Amino acid sequence: MKARGAIRTFPAAIAIIRTIANCLKQTSSASAKQVRINPLQKMEEPENNHKINRRKFLGAGVRASVLLGLGGVAALVLKQSVAGNLVWQLDPAKCVQCGRCATSCVLTPSAVKCVHVYAMCGYCDLCGGYFKPETKTLTTAAENQLCPTSALKRKFIEDPFFEYTVDEPLCIGCGKCVKGCGAFGNGSLQLQVRHNRCVNCNQCSIARNCPADAYSRVPASKPYLLRQVGDEKNLTAKTPRR
Amino acid sequence: MIGFTHFASSRLHGKKSKRIVFLCLMLFFSIQFLDALAVQRFPKPEFESGYVQPETMQPAARAEMLQIADVIVLVIMLSVISWLVVKKRSRLGVFAASVVSLAYFGFYRQGCICSIGAIQNVTLALFNSSYPAPLAVIGFFILPLIFTLFFGRTFCAGVCPFGAIQDLVAFKPQKLGTRLNAVLGLIPYIYLGLAILYAATGSDFIICRYDPFVGIFRFNASFAMFIFAGTLLVSGIFIARPYCRFLCPYGVLLNWISRFSWKHITITPSTCIQCRLCEDSCPYDAIDLPVTGTNPESRGTTIRKLILISLLVPFFTVLGGWTLSTVHETLASVNGKVRLAKTLVEPASSVNQTETIEVTAFKSSGKPVAQVYAEASRVLKQFYTGSWILGCFLGLVFGITLAYRMVTKYQKDYLPNKGTCLSCTRCVDYCPVRMGDDNLPAI
Ligand code: SF4
Ligand code: SF4
Ligand code: SF4
Ligand code: SF4
Repeated sequence: MKARGAIRTFPAAIAIIRTIANCLKQTSSASAKQVRINPLQKMEEPENNHKINRRKFLGAGVRASVLLGLGGVAALVLKQSVAGNLVWQLDPAKCVQCGRCATSCVLTPSAVKCVHVYAMCGYCDLCGGYFKPETKTLTTAAENQLCPTSALKRKFIEDPFFEYTVDEPLCIGCGKCVKGCGAFGNGSLQLQVRHNRCVNCNQCSIARNCPADAYSRVPASKPYLLRQVGDEKNLTAKTPRR
Repeated sequence: MIGFTHFASSRLHGKKSKRIVFLCLMLFFSIQFLDALAVQRFPKPEFESGYVQPETMQPAARAEMLQIADVIVLVIMLSVISWLVVKKRSRLGVFAASVVSLAYFGFYRQGCICSIGAIQNVTLALFNSSYPAPLAVIGFFILPLIFTLFFGRTFCAGVCPFGAIQDLVAFKPQKLGTRLNAVLGLIPYIYLGLAILYAATGSDFIICRYDPFVGIFRFNASFAMFIFAGTLLVSGIFIARPYCRFLCPYGVLLNWISRFSWKHITITPSTCIQCRLCEDSCPYDAIDLPVTGTNPESRGTTIRKLILISLLVPFFTVLGGWTLSTVHETLASVNGKVRLAKTLVEPASSVNQTETIEVTAFKSSGKPVAQVYAEASRVLKQFYTGSWILGCFLGLVFGITLAYRMVTKYQKDYLPNKGTCLSCTRCVDYCPVRMGDDNLPAI
């Protein structure tokens, strides 16, 4: 009883559903018919020149307006375009050395490497970027080194100075040395996207994962954001202390 | 601090007493200002052994001339392939051109920048006045569209590296049927809409994120992307060009524009003789079969259909908009600012949670929390509006697709569907009519 009442209250709905069903049935029969047409039944309609001309004219009009539209969009974006290319770079002053630069790049190993700004380096014997903090004897034994791949090379220069160089093919961009150098040293070791390796993804996949929002697009003519001597004030309270 | 004294004491073994005094001063200075300033803790040494400090190497980015060269190659390829399709009607030529494009834009240029992804750069530039889109990117977006307006989707025929790589594996294409084609054909609209929403809000470039083939071009991809690409290529043996037909967001724009194209490829060079030879030749189900008016529907049915369509289309439009707007917060969680704001709010309720790296990074940046909240709520508002628009758009597309299936379109010849035809030129070879056979009697 109840169901029947409900149906009576929605005759409109029923009508609509029935029409949809009818229409769908008709289209499927129409499409079935498409396949089974008999070539002999081909209708020889006389070409209607008038109709064709009108269609051509309409087509040209639509084409012109699409072209105008495309031109409009182009003009809008061209207004603020740059002739040169943009590339991705990270700002070492914002970086917190989370380690994602090593893992999030589309390339393995990452296009991000540790870069040494020699001009900032103190050439320390006890390098905060080279040695693990608990190291007792300052030997180059692998277990003393912060770098998991021994990519940071230590070379004696003169007493008491040591030069540190990054062996780029070994560096995976994990930022462990960068963190050590920033916390205990001068911050001369910095992470940078190396543009001889980076394939310049349209959207850098590290940028999307960087917790410090350190990535941005920079002009390809000036593709590095290395911190230099005298820039330290920018660093205010940004380097986390251990 | 412990580290610091450690350093200083190690330095005490050094020779120069001047250094020691300086270091002590430094140490004193550092203790006072440690948290305010990270200073040059150790001064630059004065070397006595004639040591020359090495330069910090800064390898240059790709030369800008090469960027211009890319656009020139694009124009040349588009012109050549349009000529091959529309004038020469040569499948072999199109095939050769597509191999060249695959080599250049795919394996040499490693898939970036591509026209599909450029949708997002253009969108971002339209919505964010501080983003300057590079000229080359704008070129990659607009040039194929302009060529399509004149010659149909010749870009898809063999300039797009994605299309080219899929075309190479389309060995055993199966027919999918009009209904399945119509349903799956809705996915690109969703993809395009979401891509625009995320690009306009500056959240992410999802076309690039889920780009299946770029990893193949680089021989370097994450496992998930590799599986995705593998699935597409393997299924592409049977379902020709699955990405092009059922995913590609740029294909939506090309489809629309191609419908108004000036000189589109035709199957027959002159008059169709209804021989049916080309009927199964298209791997992409893009040939519309003749529908003759032998059994026209009654006037009543037509009117009923029209009324139904005029009711259904607005209904789906509003329904779509409303549905998506209810989930705008979920959509917005892709945005980094919204996510950060969410994690900053949460610790109040769950105290024992370990701080995420995002929160640590945020704290050390010294940015006020209020600013993050303000930014996040602005983004949320954008998503609310955006998801209404996107939902309405998708509802409209759905409604129109349904309506389109309800009306019967009469045509008398076998014609490539100007929207879905990829101008691959395969069907051309099946037509027995030759150029100039104009006076051939109809069978
Ligand atoms: S992802 Fe960001 S914070 Fe993490 S190491 Fe890279 S630049 Fe630094
Ligand atoms: S742009 Fe691509 S290749 Fe370059 S660093 Fe980012 S993810 Fe790696
Ligand atoms: S449909 Fe998309 S992916 Fe396929 S060829 Fe065209 S632009 Fe390329
Ligand atoms: S050119 Fe012919 S075979 Fe190729 S996609 Fe178009 S209709 Fe299909």
